[in-house]
Amino acid sequence: MLEVRDLKKSFGDLPVLRGVSLQMRKGDVTAIIGPSGGGKTTLLRCINFLEKADSGTLTFGGRSYDLGAIGKRDIAAIRMKTGFVFQSFNLFSNKTAVQNITEGLIIARKMPRDQANAIAMRALDQVGLRDRADHYPSQLSGGQQQRVAIARAVATSPEIIYFDEPTSALDPELIGEVLSVMRDLASSGMTMLVVTHEMRFAREVSSRVIFMENGSIVEQGESGPFFAAPREARTQAFLRTISAEK
Amino acid sequence: MTERVWKILVESFPKILLPGLRMTLPLTAIAFVLAMIIAIVVALIQFARVKGLSQLCRFYIWVIRGTPLLVQLFVVFYGLKAGMHMSPFWAAVLVFAVNEGAYCAETMRGALEGVPAGQIEAGYCVGMSYTQIMRRIVLPQALRTAFPSLSNGLISMVKDTSLTANITVAEMFMATQRINARYYEPLALYLEAAVIYLLFSTALSWLQRWGEKRLQSLGGREARHA
Repeated sequence: MLEVRDLKKSFGDLPVLRGVSLQMRKGDVTAIIGPSGGGKTTLLRCINFLEKADSGTLTFGGRSYDLGAIGKRDIAAIRMKTGFVFQSFNLFSNKTAVQNITEGLIIARKMPRDQANAIAMRALDQVGLRDRADHYPSQLSGGQQQRVAIARAVATSPEIIYFDEPTSALDPELIGEVLSVMRDLASSGMTMLVVTHEMRFAREVSSRVIFMENGSIVEQGESGPFFAAPREARTQAFLRTISAEK
Repeated sequence: MTERVWKILVESFPKILLPGLRMTLPLTAIAFVLAMIIAIVVALIQFARVKGLSQLCRFYIWVIRGTPLLVQLFVVFYGLKAGMHMSPFWAAVLVFAVNEGAYCAETMRGALEGVPAGQIEAGYCVGMSYTQIMRRIVLPQALRTAFPSLSNGLISMVKDTSLTANITVAEMFMATQRINARYYEPLALYLEAAVIYLLFSTALSWLQRWGEKRLQSLGGREARHA
């Protein structure tokens, strides 16, 4: 359902993505792991056009797009079918939890208010925050904010949701509630591409794992075999460092 | 204070207040609304870094902030009057709007830049357009941040309208000058005018506090207390 081919991106003279290719099938939950500065976040941002890629091809919804020269209209159309969850939540601070969700439905999709509200309440229910509907982001904990952000992404019925280190900005005791929401989402069949440092999530929830370093994919595969027997020496070294830290 | 001075003060009070209500307040209100429109447009152009227009806006702010208000009033009223057939009142409205617009534009630009860029990205990601994001997410937050500074501008403007006496606008200060020309009680009469300006400013301060409370109840600023 989604394919990225030979995605390249530099910041000035610094190459950040050196030709990345990946494929996702419907219902895949793919974790992207790897050391910081390896290009994971940039990859996600390029796929959703928050950064402009230098070159590469994106195939999505049966059409192929040149990532280096894609037009505004195509970008807008693709974004209507994707969701994005940020590391720092990025809820609209002048909107309540429920308004954060309905905004994209009423304003961008011209949905009637009643219908949007019903969908938003269902989405809040799904993340366990129905009773916080009228709270502003500043009145919510980090974990709750991130759950609202996930509900905001889910409510637009996207074909895929991108997660950019969704638990990295959270206090340790708040990580669990967000991961459990993501676990539920994964088991409901949502296609998810997740940049994460949470190895347990990558191991237990994701169906596939991609290991990235220095702007390239070093190794990828089904998550079971990937963690049980990584092929590449650099993957093995990374996984050893991670498990030594735990 | 002598009985004569008291009598003059009591008699002149409505004669000063009335031009205040008829000239000073409408002048301030109209000019400030226009200034806000200018400020928002100029700030948005700069925020979006529109090529060419952005530089034009910087030039406008540079010129207006770099020259005295009184000089601007004279340039427009005495300098451009011949070709424009403008009444003193509307010349003053024009100058105050353009002048205050430049200052408020900078306040607004700062406030726009204070809205976290992540919220703009989030807006894109839920499918909103740039215009929708600005209108629904960024501008409301920026206005809330800018509100106290903008209120400052409004209160300053009420007092600065006294300068328009110099271009023959029959406002409070000119009325006071006229009364003083008759009775020659400068200390008492100009203090009386000062008190009326103070009343106007106080009312505006109350309005500001009321506005801030309302904005707070609409959310967004509680972060400070949370």
